[in-house]
Amino acid sequence: MRYLWILIGAAGLLLALALASRHRSPGHTGQLQPGSQAPEFSVIALDGKQLNLASYRGKVILLDFWATWCGPCREEIPIFVQLQNKYRDRGLQIIGISMDDGPEPVRQFYRDFHMNYPVALGGARLGELYGGIFGLPIAFLIGRDGRIDAKHVGPTNPSMWEGEITRLLAENGSSAGEFNPAVSNRPECYLAACNVQFNALRRRDRVKFAPFNSSTTNVLSMT
Amino acid sequence: MKNHVVLVVSIMVVLFLVLTISVPVTGYSHPSASVLVVPYIFQANSIPAAGLIQPEELIKLLAAPQGEKPLLIQVGSHVLYQEAHVPGSEYVGPASSAAGLEKLRQRLQSVARKTRIILYCGCCPWGHCPNIKPAWELSQSMGFSNVKVLYIAENFGTNWVDKGYPTAKGD
Repeated sequence: MRYLWILIGAAGLLLALALASRHRSPGHTGQLQPGSQAPEFSVIALDGKQLNLASYRGKVILLDFWATWCGPCREEIPIFVQLQNKYRDRGLQIIGISMDDGPEPVRQFYRDFHMNYPVALGGARLGELYGGIFGLPIAFLIGRDGRIDAKHVGPTNPSMWEGEITRLLAENGSSAGEFNPAVSNRPECYLAACNVQFNALRRRDRVKFAPFNSSTTNVLSMT
Repeated sequence: MKNHVVLVVSIMVVLFLVLTISVPVTGYSHPSASVLVVPYIFQANSIPAAGLIQPEELIKLLAAPQGEKPLLIQVGSHVLYQEAHVPGSEYVGPASSAAGLEKLRQRLQSVARKTRIILYCGCCPWGHCPNIKPAWELSQSMGFSNVKVLYIAENFGTNWVDKGYPTAKGD
């Protein structure tokens, strides 16, 4: 009988450990599984308009948490601008949530990078709503049904973005058609598809995106 | 009686398995996700290895019952600090900005030069962090001899929060 009580104690300990692991940190990302509904939010965008996630239901949403001081974010944003241009008519909506500490650098950045999608300042509460934004960049892809399809932490290959976006656009909506994963795995093909003179940015076989100043504007002007 | 006990134990074991297997606590990413390798001047990489401390080491240091506790300073984003930071750490401002660097200078001005200090950021992948190297260089120029920089390879979420290390939030 004594062994049974030891067994119960051990099982109880295991159970406690399991429960503790679920609540071990504030806002851990476990609650946002692929397939779960993207948390709704409403914020004021840089242009002063209300930005409601719910108002974009029916579109494929790329929700990008970024900041002006974040190197990988700055490298990704020209790509997002291209993607927004290319897939807007098929139902892509990119939304930028800046985690900067104030709006001024964001407004300047918005102009310098010719951003063509809504951007709003986020904050700790919005970060927690999305499972905790404890580093940047972090982006969520949300399907037309409002469910989270994927979460990317850190810099992500541009061809990956396009592949995932076109796949989602094709679901219950217009077909992306021209996307060819076999070709688009090569970054230069991705950029070529966006009518950008990639060779100007290319160094051997490595990808080099536009630096964080005027040359970025040049790239955008080629679109 | 014996059957009841076996039943209770079985339920507990099943619950344990369900809770630990079905809920990934380290987040997720798309299975086909890959990392883009972008040539970059990895400024944080110039901090000497002797000046780094790994998260595991810091955990041990903080948990040690005796010994001098380090002065922990976060030199990155305020928003990210509010979401989660190392308990007991102070926020001074992003060291990549002149204002943030000045706040760090002011904070360190009155600190004894032999004080054990740990600087950290975790905003971005290590090589992309704009804050940590300026903070490190300032501490060296001010003559601090016992400064370590917390090496956060990916970001504070991946290398600290998701590992279950202690965090605090708010100011």
